Amino acid sequence: MAQDPGKMKAYWKKNLKTLFILLFIWFLVSFGFGILWVDELNNIRLGGYKLGFWFAQQGSIYSFVVLIFIYVYRMNKLDKEFDVNEE
Amino acid sequence: MDILTWTYILVGLSFTLYIGIAIWTRAGSTKEFYVAGGGVSPLANGMATAADWMSAASFISMAGIISFAGYDGSVYLMGWTGGYVLLALLLAPYLRKFGKFTVPDFVGDRYYSNTAKVVAVICALFISFTYVAGQMRGVGIVFSRYLEVPIEWGVVIGMCIVFFYAVLGGMKGITYTQVAQYCVLIFAYMVPAIFVSMQLTGNPIPQLGLGGELADGTALLDKLDGVLGELGFAEYTAGRKGMMDIFMITLALMVGTAGLPHVIVRFFTVPKVKDARLSAGYALVFIAILYTTAPAIAAFGIYNAINSTSEKEISTLPVWVSNWQKTNLIAVDDKNGDGKIQYVADPATNELTIDRDIMVLASPEIAELPNWVVGLVAAGAMAAALSTAAGLLLVISTSVSRDLFKTFRPDISEKKELRIARIAAAGAVLLAGYFGVNPPGFVAQVVAFAFGLAAASFFPVIIMGIFSSRINKEGAIAGMISGLIFTLAYIIYFKFIAPELNTADNWWSGVSPEGIGSIGMFINFLVCIVVSKFTPAPPQEVQDMIQEIRIPRGAGKAIDH
Repeated sequence: MAQDPGKMKAYWKKNLKTLFILLFIWFLVSFGFGILWVDELNNIRLGGYKLGFWFAQQGSIYSFVVLIFIYVYRMNKLDKEFDVNEE
Repeated sequence: MDILTWTYILVGLSFTLYIGIAIWTRAGSTKEFYVAGGGVSPLANGMATAADWMSAASFISMAGIISFAGYDGSVYLMGWTGGYVLLALLLAPYLRKFGKFTVPDFVGDRYYSNTAKVVAVICALFISFTYVAGQMRGVGIVFSRYLEVPIEWGVVIGMCIVFFYAVLGGMKGITYTQVAQYCVLIFAYMVPAIFVSMQLTGNPIPQLGLGGELADGTALLDKLDGVLGELGFAEYTAGRKGMMDIFMITLALMVGTAGLPHVIVRFFTVPKVKDARLSAGYALVFIAILYTTAPAIAAFGIYNAINSTSEKEISTLPVWVSNWQKTNLIAVDDKNGDGKIQYVADPATNELTIDRDIMVLASPEIAELPNWVVGLVAAGAMAAALSTAAGLLLVISTSVSRDLFKTFRPDISEKKELRIARIAAAGAVLLAGYFGVNPPGFVAQVVAFAFGLAAASFFPVIIMGIFSSRINKEGAIAGMISGLIFTLAYIIYFKFIAPELNTADNWWSGVSPEGIGSIGMFINFLVCIVVSKFTPAPPQEVQDMIQEIRIPRGAGKAIDH
């Protein structure tokens, strides 16, 4: 398939930027809030939960789900924009 | 009706359903056998992935582990779900576009080398076998506990069922059976959790109940921290392992999840790249339902167990205690002879031993739910064990028939290849069954390390195969081998050669053998990059292929050579 290499480069660059942002959030909600800063966050309360504990056992998982769906939405849009989507 | 009758009825019904589906979706071609013809909808694939992923260990043991580990149990919750983000963003869409059937296929083509492919096959077989042997044992335990047959018979019954639909149906049969198994297992998991949550906190949603208040107005988690503290245990919401160790174990589990061959192969079964992304999202939704409920069951379980036994007269204990004493999952030993139970942290004066598996298995009885719920949990546990075992067996048979046999005998006919795949699946069932009946001591210990090994071997070379066009075959082979050997050596040293040294003081930087796969992964990345730098770049057609898999358009159904 003959695709314009410059356009493909731009597509790939935008893809990498999306990945970078989403993986940053992925790291933040799990390794950040759930592990590295768990003690600090535990001073804040969320109902009957300590916030750090909530991130480690609930919040990180909800965030993961949301992250994947944002990715699906973003990429489908990007594919159309660069005309590389499937029929 | 009593519990055993209900169990036979519900388990019998669910098995009839699975076998019916297997006959209905029998595979007729190698493509249907390996990747279900590439025509599974993202929603069905997501559900099948979830069932494939959640094993007997997730279903039965995870909540119990969290009960006794508290915050430290988070490594499994985050580790086994976070990997799906990596899978969806970094692997699934590109591997789907690549359009072959297996991970070694990809490694072999991307690194233009049969040596790299064979190294990948060996890694895949090694990981799948350690994993499946543990599963077969799990199948046996579940069958024997609920059907009240000896463990050997349990394994044999499980083997027959798996044999039937994995060997006949291949990926096509497995996928649709797993959809049914997911429905059974999630229903069985949620029903008791919802009832217990309602009884304790008045909130029917377990995820909210965990953060809810007890009847006396104190938050459940605070109460639990206090009760455990009084008995001399660590607080429930506080960490006990070192932060570095928690970090590394979580990372190893996440990356290992994304590198497990039986999980990756699922994304070859959907029609489009778009579907591969979406399918990973659905899979995680279905997994998250169980994984966010598990910590609630964990906290409710330990609270209920302590509340109904601690400082209580032995003669007035609830009936579920004596029921489970028969199975040795609960042991009572009145050491000081005062007629009451003292449940304390000090093993010298502790009078109550609770097996972790009881938190899920006994929850319907603790909550005084009807007998059919107990039968339902049995059917759910079996669904979880069977679906995972079947998925793994398929990876093993595909590795043998396609990655090994066809690499060296490329001219065999499709019919013959299909027959070899079926024979390999049958052989794998028998071998796994043998290990289920006669578990070598190391299997149980090694299962947990399958993740570390997957993290240290596959993940880096697949990622770099997609995101770098400079990494070549020398780098990939050296990377996989060094990551694998380092991880394996560390585990073998602390688990088998010098188990007496297996304490935090002796670990490298406080990283336990469970978490060492993360370090192995970094070593793999490093070796791979350095070796590639000093050896020639990959040929032009491979670089073109990399450009090609980066864009979705043009993904046909999974194709043969």
